[in-house]
Amino acid sequence: MSVIEVNRLTKYYGKARGIVDVSFQVEEGEIFGFIGPNGAGKSTTIRLLLSLIFPTSGSATIFGKDCIRYGPELRQDIGYLPSEVFYYERMRVIDLLKYSASFYNRDCTQRMHELAELMELEMHRRIEDLSYGNRKKVGIVQALLHRPKLLFLDEPTPGLDPLMQRKFFQLVREENQRGATVFFSSHLLGEVQRLCSRVAIIREGRIVEIADIRTLQQNNYKRVRVEVSDLDLAYFDMPGVTNLERHDNTIRFFYKGDINLVMRKLGEVRISDVTIEEPTLEEIFMHYYE
Amino acid sequence: MQKNIFQHEFRTHTRSVATWSAAVAALMLVYLSLFSSFSQQAELLNEMMANFPEELLLAFGLTGVNLATVLGYFGFVFLFVQICLAIQAANYGFSLVSVEEREWTADFLLSKPVGRSRILTSKLLAALSSLLITDIVVWIASLLFINLFKGDATYETRPLLLLLLSIVPFQLFFLAVGLVVSLMVKRIRSVTPYSMALGFGMYVLSVFGDLLGESVLERITPFKHFEPHYITRNGAYDLSLAWISIVVIMISLIGSYVLYTRRDIPAVV
Repeated sequence: MSVIEVNRLTKYYGKARGIVDVSFQVEEGEIFGFIGPNGAGKSTTIRLLLSLIFPTSGSATIFGKDCIRYGPELRQDIGYLPSEVFYYERMRVIDLLKYSASFYNRDCTQRMHELAELMELEMHRRIEDLSYGNRKKVGIVQALLHRPKLLFLDEPTPGLDPLMQRKFFQLVREENQRGATVFFSSHLLGEVQRLCSRVAIIREGRIVEIADIRTLQQNNYKRVRVEVSDLDLAYFDMPGVTNLERHDNTIRFFYKGDINLVMRKLGEVRISDVTIEEPTLEEIFMHYYE
Repeated sequence: MQKNIFQHEFRTHTRSVATWSAAVAALMLVYLSLFSSFSQQAELLNEMMANFPEELLLAFGLTGVNLATVLGYFGFVFLFVQICLAIQAANYGFSLVSVEEREWTADFLLSKPVGRSRILTSKLLAALSSLLITDIVVWIASLLFINLFKGDATYETRPLLLLLLSIVPFQLFFLAVGLVVSLMVKRIRSVTPYSMALGFGMYVLSVFGDLLGESVLERITPFKHFEPHYITRNGAYDLSLAWISIVVIMISLIGSYVLYTRRDIPAVV
């Protein structure tokens, strides 16, 4: 069963575009990456699924139920970490977390303290005295303390130092292994690549591609780097080659097509070194943007 | 109603309730302590007032009012109490929902497993309870100070009680109207200008209504619907006007639920 099923979801803010005709499914137990530049509609999609805003047209279900009609009931099992974290400034961390826990029909006390300890959160500070990174940690604990079955992470990492980021990713993986489905929105491809099994790429409010991370990397381009002593750049100018460039003795290009053709071409000349590798998601991603 | 939201909301009002209650009680203490000197020189006072320009008397609702009587004087004082209560209630109304959007905490609250109607009900009940505490302080202070400072003068209990009770629907009017207006605008950056405008605006309308003898204006403002001197003089509410307040409250509340359950919560851009 799909945990999230989005069906031609469209949102306009007055005349301004939010998202247009977005459809996708997230399967149970996967970590689904949602990537796109700022303003592409990532947050809009998440906020629609949480019924913080309402669609212009289209619909979505979570756990098989309409996300607006059954919103309150569904949110018992949803954790949400917004991209910008704001909490009641005058409250102490512990009181905010207790308030958060009081909404769920289960005892969250133990998990709350576990998470706070893991995130090294100072529980008796007031929210107004916390740095951005520490507020983010409050957000993480608040999103996870009720052991949600579905987790929305909206650009979660900015503000966390590298050590905390690693802990956080570890935490997300653990939650996922426990059975939680994760919807991970980000504009940083590296982290999506590290964490997710499938990704949807959104651009200007529309989904441009939904694919397995691996197929996305494999089916597409190879990145080729050749060390040569004396060779004309134009030698590699053949169908399937893009971004051909030369720095001193290094020629780089991307290739898409029959790999044998490139191998033959390489075999015919004298070269001192060659590297052929998968492009990073970043490079693939730029391709979708152009 | 959701208990945890109610408690959370009620707590956020604590300081404000204490401040408003103390301020209104202090105001009554100061004014009512002057009553004995007013009543002792009643003739002089009424003579002096007769020489005041008609417009000035109208502005303070003092035409045909005998300040030498307990209820006449109290009705005059009560106008200032009403202005305070109106602004307090309008404050709560305007900020009830808008504060969460202004401080961006709406995402936190609305992503919890609770429907918007329940959130609004809990918030409304918390605000109402806070207002009711202020009202109770006003009631106690009124009875205490009147009896403390009335000297030999006497008064009728029924009109006084009616007047005191009128502050409940009176505050509800400003709470409900503030709330529905806050939901009709996109974003409220600061609550005070709005609540001042609504509170004083309604007061000014009632004054203009008197000055112009314009009865249309009377119909809009709760300062007329629950006019202290009418209540003390007649020992009854002006029901034809009081009803308007009740209807406005109902419409505003229903409108608030409709608007809030459909509202798009703005996000940080």
